[in-house]
Amino acid sequence: MNEQDAHQAVAAALGKVAPDVEPGDLDGGARLRQDLELDSLDFLRLVEVIAESTGVDIPEADYPAVATVDGLITYVAGHG
Amino acid sequence: MPSLGADMEHGKVVEWLVKPGDYVHKGDLVAAVDTDKTVMDIESFQEGVVAEFLVDIGDTVEVGTPIARITATPAEVPQPPLTSGTLSPDARSPLAAQEPTPAHPGAGAGHPELGAKASPPVRHLAHTLGVDVGRISGSGPGGGVTRADVEHAAAAPTAPAGRAGRDVPVDHAAHRVRSSPLARRLAVELGVDLQAIAGTGPGGAVTEEDVLAAVPPRERAPRDLPAEIAAQAPPPEAPAAAPPQEEPVEAPLEAPGEAPQRKPATAAGGRAESLRQAVGALMSRSKKEIPHYYLSTTLDLAAAMAWMLAANQQRPVSSRLVPSALLLKATALAAKEVPDMNGFFTRGAFQPSSSVHLGVAVALRHGGLVAPALHDADTLTLDELMDQLRDLVGRARAGRLQRAEMADPTLTVTNLGDLGVESVYGVIYPPQVAMVGFGKVLEQPWAHNGMLGIRHAAIATLSADHRVSDGMRGGRFLARIDELLQKPGDL
Repeated sequence: MNEQDAHQAVAAALGKVAPDVEPGDLDGGARLRQDLELDSLDFLRLVEVIAESTGVDIPEADYPAVATVDGLITYVAGHG
Repeated sequence: MPSLGADMEHGKVVEWLVKPGDYVHKGDLVAAVDTDKTVMDIESFQEGVVAEFLVDIGDTVEVGTPIARITATPAEVPQPPLTSGTLSPDARSPLAAQEPTPAHPGAGAGHPELGAKASPPVRHLAHTLGVDVGRISGSGPGGGVTRADVEHAAAAPTAPAGRAGRDVPVDHAAHRVRSSPLARRLAVELGVDLQAIAGTGPGGAVTEEDVLAAVPPRERAPRDLPAEIAAQAPPPEAPAAAPPQEEPVEAPLEAPGEAPQRKPATAAGGRAESLRQAVGALMSRSKKEIPHYYLSTTLDLAAAMAWMLAANQQRPVSSRLVPSALLLKATALAAKEVPDMNGFFTRGAFQPSSSVHLGVAVALRHGGLVAPALHDADTLTLDELMDQLRDLVGRARAGRLQRAEMADPTLTVTNLGDLGVESVYGVIYPPQVAMVGFGKVLEQPWAHNGMLGIRHAAIATLSADHRVSDGMRGGRFLARIDELLQKPGDL
């Protein structure tokens, strides 16, 4: 999957999990937990939505790699 | 109107989930109520047939005000009509005063007692057909109403509407216009007279489409208003308070007029503001009344985290566990063993609870928090607890909690650690007597058997009520949580 598709998939998934986050606020360096205030349940739901929409299953061991918006996009692009 | 929390004084009915004639069991959801905190679904306290609604959509009434009349089921002995919400009828609700209850022997003088006039099956039929047996002259023995009378009355096009002069034009209870709850709400919001609409739904019921079709095109512009109201209830400082009888014309017209100014952001802002006030009032009360004491301990989570990571590797994303689930389960089990943490302090005495309904503090995205209950958390498996936790948090954020979830917690847990803090000392939710806080799960250097290693750990705190327990018992409770987490497979 290319970066563009991955970006769209991540933005769509975040829109579902955290509808209050404005798409314009989706700075690539934003940290999902601290900046976007996703708690562990939100994060789990995000991983679930990503798996449904892109088929990319993020195992728990890889969670540190997807802690930011850019990290998540890169991960999805690299594994999809 | 039931109380949905210690701090609730009034509520606004925003949606009916049943309609007159529906058969409800005890516990069935009947209405959605907007409090200062959130929109909650409330359940029936009785089994029976919904006879009529006593308040309209959008009405704000005091706790204790009857909001609907539920009549006995055919299986029960005939008895005076029962009211949902049970508590004393409020004098501000004129319709309630007309109910022929034993407390108001003269109130039903115009009509003979329902129980004596029609048998339960006939009453059921009447409610199903939207007919008021009190207004039918019976042809049966002793003037009793028969099935034929009811069917005849239902077929008659214009039943006399005794209360017409005092009601808003769209009052379905008095006029028996058959319509869906959504259609009624739309009608109120768009200022449409339901009676003037020819229904196309089942049995001639007025549907949402019928209401929309009845609106002149130029007035259809504020069409997004109802959708907005359905999605997130309007700010509480808007309409309501006054009974609709006092403003028969203005009320329906108000909604379209206001529509252009009301934006979603405003509604969310009003909600956040009233929620902030409600939280502030409750916490002030807690700090004034409850002599808090505070303890903390560091939980060794090496075993729990290793177990959870291994378990999650075997699972699809949808059934993965989070550390909170283990912490909540251990807390529930410990609360069962140390009852001084679990229950209510009311009327100067502590009543321990035999069940553990664990309140989970949920931060809402636009500010504020609610702490709905995971019922019987000590009896749930980890998977069940996880499923219910996800469901509960999702609904809390969407503003769709049920009454029991808000009113029942016997002990509350706050898990701010999820967002990064190392420890959190909570303020107890009255009338509860303790609050448990979990900080962030961190890898920490840990000395064990003379060796230094690295382990997952988290700081657990307890805020507890000194009127009920003291530090010794509180310490035992926290220690018990830690012990339980050492055998995660048994949780």
